[in-house]
Amino acid sequence: MALKSPAVAMGILSRITRRSFSTSKVLSSKPVTVRDALNQAIDEEMERDESVFVMGEEVAQYDGAYKVTRGLWKKYGDKRVIDTPITEMGFAGIAVGAAFAGLRPICEFMTFNFSMQAIDHIINSAAKTFYMSAGAVPVPIVFRGPNGAAAGVAAQHSQCFGAWFSHCPGLKVIMPYSSEDAKGLLKAAIRDPDPVVCLENEMLYGVPFPMSDEALSNDFVLPFGKAKVEREGKHITVVCAGRATETALQAANTLAGQGIECEVINLRSLRPLDFDTIARSVAKTHHIVTVEQGWPSCGIGSEICARLMESPSFFELDAPAWRVTGADVPMPYAASLEARALPRPPDVLAAVSAVLSNA
Amino acid sequence: MALKCGVRVFKLNTIRQAVRLLSTHSSPEAVQNAKVGDFPGARAPYVTELKFLSEASYDPIPIYRVLDHNGQVIDGREEPNIDKETLLNMYKTMVQLSQMDKIMYESQRQGRISFYMTNYGEEGIHVGSAAALSPSDLVFAQYREVGVLLYRGMTVTEIVNQCYGNCEDPGRGRQMPVHYGSKQHNIVTLSSPLATQMPQAVGAAYALKRVPNNDRCVICYFGDGAASEGDAHAAFNFAATLDCPVIMLCRNNGYAISTPTREQYRGDGVGARGAPLGLRTARVDGTDPLAVYRAVAAARGRALAHNQPVLIEAMAYRVGHHSTSDDSTAYRPAEEIHKWNSEESPIRKFRQYLEQKGYWDVESDEALFKEARNRVVKTMQEAEKKKLPPWKEMLEDVYYEMPPRIQKQVKQMEDHLKNYGEHYPLDKYQPE
Repeated sequence: MALKSPAVAMGILSRITRRSFSTSKVLSSKPVTVRDALNQAIDEEMERDESVFVMGEEVAQYDGAYKVTRGLWKKYGDKRVIDTPITEMGFAGIAVGAAFAGLRPICEFMTFNFSMQAIDHIINSAAKTFYMSAGAVPVPIVFRGPNGAAAGVAAQHSQCFGAWFSHCPGLKVIMPYSSEDAKGLLKAAIRDPDPVVCLENEMLYGVPFPMSDEALSNDFVLPFGKAKVEREGKHITVVCAGRATETALQAANTLAGQGIECEVINLRSLRPLDFDTIARSVAKTHHIVTVEQGWPSCGIGSEICARLMESPSFFELDAPAWRVTGADVPMPYAASLEARALPRPPDVLAAVSAVLSNA
Repeated sequence: MALKCGVRVFKLNTIRQAVRLLSTHSSPEAVQNAKVGDFPGARAPYVTELKFLSEASYDPIPIYRVLDHNGQVIDGREEPNIDKETLLNMYKTMVQLSQMDKIMYESQRQGRISFYMTNYGEEGIHVGSAAALSPSDLVFAQYREVGVLLYRGMTVTEIVNQCYGNCEDPGRGRQMPVHYGSKQHNIVTLSSPLATQMPQAVGAAYALKRVPNNDRCVICYFGDGAASEGDAHAAFNFAATLDCPVIMLCRNNGYAISTPTREQYRGDGVGARGAPLGLRTARVDGTDPLAVYRAVAAARGRALAHNQPVLIEAMAYRVGHHSTSDDSTAYRPAEEIHKWNSEESPIRKFRQYLEQKGYWDVESDEALFKEARNRVVKTMQEAEKKKLPPWKEMLEDVYYEMPPRIQKQVKQMEDHLKNYGEHYPLDKYQPE
């Protein structure tokens, strides 16, 4: 594989780290980064269940390319934290086979961009074997790693695979935004009897979020298919997941200053998709915008729009839905172009005003 | 596998170096020559002559066999000690397999099932390996190993029901024909994409290795074509680096659909890839069930005693067409097929061996063929009459627990059938 440098985005990461999040309620005095929350989740589940193990490139002695597995190799040793040769199809296949034989592998892709070399094992084997074996062979496995755009790493390292994996029955797909999301969803994924794809975001790894005492406990798990209303509002529903939640919340802040109250829904899991929460919100706001980093065609936003069309929620809408997505081009390298290829708060503002003025 | 030329070169250099050292002026190069290079990636002697290795640098891996063409044991010390009952069971499985293939193949031609693959010519690999394993060893098969399933105790009825996708199909009508699986017999459900079973087998072996006092290994079957997939290399490399108790058994039958091995690879077959990657490797005559038995039994011992991965390349010939979607006479001469179907037939060879031991005779053989054939015909007729799996099977087992979206669809279908069931051929489906 080509470029696998964790350090490229450090400048931007530290800028994000300094950014304040006025939208999150402060539940605890202790802020935890998404990276540490993921680390806690894996550590606690490895402690809890001997059959859980981690494998991937650089996950052991090097502590993971993005340090998500920091300290785990020292604690659990070679048997349960395994550095592999550089063969995505190889170690994804090894992990699937280990799950067939009763273990609970956590298969780390250094980034999901490289998971394309292993996608056959994810789609054709992990997702389908329970069905094809007539329920005889469950595949309890987690594929995890950073997904979507980082910064300055261009077309082959900046892609969101949310829609790709969500397309496939048999898989569950989660996309955490905050530290609480990350911990609760990943723990649930490790305990889940089905294969789960956990799409993290490199730019969020170093961002601290407040975590409640409940979320810090060993037993904190979040159910799949339950979205989180990050911000309540009555004028328009904004649906998002993962890092797009940050963009949506920033836009919602600005709009609040203009007297427009957005209801921001963080999906948390893409499959199963919590359409009930969306429908309830639309029944209140009668307007909707979706925000995602992936491309528009056959995207998460497209799916939400289709479900709106197929449900009574359609009659609740006072205006057509709008999607805010990544630009329909491979990611360019130059910083100025890259910024314009991803949804920014002004794009959400524009979409919201277009939808509301249509009313 | 001896490194012919390399060794010679090394010796030559040693002599040359000795001569140089005896001479009055020693060059720095000669001193360097005496040393061994110790790099992280390789430890090897330094030489001053550049030499590229080729496939001719190595002797071909020899083909181990116990029986000759006439079923005679060549070297008595190599004859495995297998009891009469087991030997007869091996032979009966081979005959049952060939008869089932014949009838099921015809049944596809008649449009009764959508697809089938025969195993002709490779029966010896199936029973030889299956007999050498413990029933608890985990099998990752490709798709042409149904003899292993039969030997393990899967019945003709279960196999035929799978191909017909009826209500008694252990796979509940989910998979296309010949994609068997059986948790009871430790056979992982077959997967169509070629070679995906290879890294998965290694992963399963890794899981077994972690069990305290492990007494199980994994066997992974694959063909000469599958060995060209990237997955194959990944599997070999991981088996070695993770020290997994796995037997990688290549059925080299000469053809990947229509692609002959001479177009599939260069060099000395699939076996040549084992030792350089750190797998213990042997090549055997796949038409000789006893040779396969010996190799797999020894490999199993190594795998379990030392977590040593083993590669076995069993040489054979695919006597049948690739599948029912193929007519192989378009790309290979009929005489070639005939040779492998007669003098090199594993069934014929093994029968002669049993006859020489006094375990078998012509009358028993005729009765066995007849019985095997009748069993398949009868099973097939019964399979056709059986009801189809309940419609709900379509929606089950997508997830461990049925998600609400699918539950909703089940409910809608139930309501629909309650009102309009009379318009559907529900009598063809097994009631829930």
